[in-house]
Amino acid sequence: MSKGSPISPSLMATKSAGAPKAPDRADRTADAVVELAAVSPVLGPNNVVPPTVMTGSEAIVRSLEELGVDDIFGLPGGAILPTYDPLMASNMNHVLVRHEQGAGHAAQGYAMVTGRVGVCIATSGPGATNLVTAIMDAHMDSVPLVAITGQVSSGVIGTDAFQEADIVGITMPITKHSFLVTDPNDIPHVMAEAFHLASTGRPGPVLVDVAKDAQQGQMTFSWPPKIDLPGYRPVTRGHNKQVREAAKLIAAATKPVLYVGGGVVKAHASAELRELAELTGAPVVTTLMARGVFPDSHPQHVGMPGMHGTVSAVTALQQSDLLITLGARFDDRVTGILKSFAPNAKVIHADIDPAEISKNRTADVPIVGSVKEIIPELTEAVRLQFEAAGTPDLTTWWAFLNNLKETYPLGWTEPEDGLTAPQRVIERIGALTGPEGIYVAGVGQHQMWAAQFIKYERPHAWLNSGGAGTMGYAVPAAMGAKVGEPDRVVWAIDGDGCFQMTNQELATCAINKIPIKVAIINNSSLGMVRQWQTLFYEGRYSNTDLNTGHETVRIPDFVKLGEAYGCASFRCERDEDIDATIQKALEINDRPVVIDFVVSPDSMVWPMVPAGVSNDQIQVARNMTPEWEEED
Amino acid sequence: MSRHTLSVLVEDKPGVLTRVASLFARRAFNINSLAVGPTEVPGMSRMTVVVDADGDLIEQVTKQLNKLINVIKIVELTSESSVQRDHILVKVRADAATRLQVTQAADLFRASVVDVSTDSVVIEATGHPEKLTALLSVLEPFGIREIVQSGTLAVGRGSRSMSDRALRSA
Repeated sequence: MSKGSPISPSLMATKSAGAPKAPDRADRTADAVVELAAVSPVLGPNNVVPPTVMTGSEAIVRSLEELGVDDIFGLPGGAILPTYDPLMASNMNHVLVRHEQGAGHAAQGYAMVTGRVGVCIATSGPGATNLVTAIMDAHMDSVPLVAITGQVSSGVIGTDAFQEADIVGITMPITKHSFLVTDPNDIPHVMAEAFHLASTGRPGPVLVDVAKDAQQGQMTFSWPPKIDLPGYRPVTRGHNKQVREAAKLIAAATKPVLYVGGGVVKAHASAELRELAELTGAPVVTTLMARGVFPDSHPQHVGMPGMHGTVSAVTALQQSDLLITLGARFDDRVTGILKSFAPNAKVIHADIDPAEISKNRTADVPIVGSVKEIIPELTEAVRLQFEAAGTPDLTTWWAFLNNLKETYPLGWTEPEDGLTAPQRVIERIGALTGPEGIYVAGVGQHQMWAAQFIKYERPHAWLNSGGAGTMGYAVPAAMGAKVGEPDRVVWAIDGDGCFQMTNQELATCAINKIPIKVAIINNSSLGMVRQWQTLFYEGRYSNTDLNTGHETVRIPDFVKLGEAYGCASFRCERDEDIDATIQKALEINDRPVVIDFVVSPDSMVWPMVPAGVSNDQIQVARNMTPEWEEED
Repeated sequence: MSRHTLSVLVEDKPGVLTRVASLFARRAFNINSLAVGPTEVPGMSRMTVVVDADGDLIEQVTKQLNKLINVIKIVELTSESSVQRDHILVKVRADAATRLQVTQAADLFRASVVDVSTDSVVIEATGHPEKLTALLSVLEPFGIREIVQSGTLAVGRGSRSMSDRALRSA
């Protein structure tokens, strides 16, 4: 026999824990088989469709219907034209965007609020490359997305044909997987595989590139197709022994922290999380991707960690003796300088992606699987452990953290130029709209303030471009969110810089009756870059002035721009008008609203851990670091 | 940094080599050698990848490779538990005066002469990388004109088959 050691995800995880014996692989495999048999990997109702002759493009549309798709975002062009013809006859709702990037982000927003796979369609060449930013964004933030692109006919692939681009090659590093279809008979199983891959395991974007002749050719359609992915076996159940090990560490910890990431949102495990949190009594930090998965109002919530996190959250992680990491990935924006991050903490790391475990920070107890299954098992194991060994006393830990919460609450100082504080605008939007609203941010200062000053009480209420940091995400993602959740108020909280990157989708919103509300936090500059120039480049404002704000030429005039796009449009420049303007926006539901909130360019995001230093160097205001008198 | 030999069973689909190679490139992993070819199972190929990496990195390499949908199974083959071979073709200067010396050197390494011309020979050799390095150092004084070398091929010792086991657990 081969003496080589098989390296499977579960094995790797156990190996890194230093466990001497490999887990019982036979058992695990048997479990996986049972799970697979119980639930069909083909999404949708699995209607049986007997063999029917149709064209490839009809098969694409039919597959989407059978997969249970209701809404699609896209824009046609030459190589995808055949598919747009049968699409016209379908009951699926196709939203015609104005730029393919908008289709991609809209599909992301749709997926983030519904938990379903977002679908976008584009043509070959530039249509496909315009999707690239959204695909990369979905890859970084693990958003289930299927992107369908037309490709030139198979006979001319490789000849630099008109609008030919190797989009499978271009997107290889930023997709979970991709397919090039040249035979129409492959369409049903490829579509089913794409949706299966996008939505299971660690979710992500999947590209299906279909040659024009495969769309035009005849094929025999039947449903459900057979999914053939021998190399894809995501582990969902956590390993029992590891879960028990984790429970032991939790029972022994005196400074535990639940470090909760976006994976818990994706797994729809907020109820399970709450049970675990309340049982352990441990403080909870929710990362930028996890805001809302644990209620902000809960007394155990100590805030968002990271570069612009609260002092209490950042310090909780730094001083912890046990990080209970759930669906988070030790991103550099959370850890700061890695080797000085939480130096005294042991690490429990539960994640569905084995490659995230011990990638940045070595895990003492790795648990590969879905947090949806792991958290309840862990709760049960902790309960048994507490019954046997007693509940740990966290009084000292909480006294320390509560003191930090009281001493260093989030807040802002009024700008000296007499203009409105951007934080106030955002805080008021959250307060007047409430936790049932959906808030979608672009990237930059306004994004951080929206993460800080809106109170999130439920998951799927906060959308942003976390890993990728894509300026221009907000308007199209809000559009997609509104399509997915039409009964909720959806705010795009955008910057004046971000807004100018994708505001063409206001046309899509106005024409298709997608009444999102856009709050432009207009500080007349690329604010976050400007903040860094203030702090680290001696206030030399190289190319960050956008001339959209107070006492500038106001190009463009956002009110006129909004009106041109058929949106109700307002400008708000004074503190006393903020509430009335937001109320007015909340009362309009027949068309999109654009509000130009003119704010100070000098406001900065605090607290801040400057890039490249330890989280211990967190500053609550410029050059002001908390005193750690209670540090031990 | 230590040397690791990974045997990677993949689906024989277009682009699979690109997926593996581009993964190594974008994650800044170093490939020392790569060999790929069909297996006894239709639709499956096997890649032998030799990587220079320390313990943590090789774990990350393996996990990232496992994430590729077309990768079915990965086995690390140690030198004790596997047979590892490289294949080399060397064109060496050899005229009437030196030809005999060159062919005798080749014989010592159980290499064979596969092409002869008036002023050169092509020598084919198979073996463990160290053996081939030794062969090259012996041939070097005669004047090496060209070297073409395959990636390392490796197979586990004993009767078990990697693709068998992969299919059973799939």
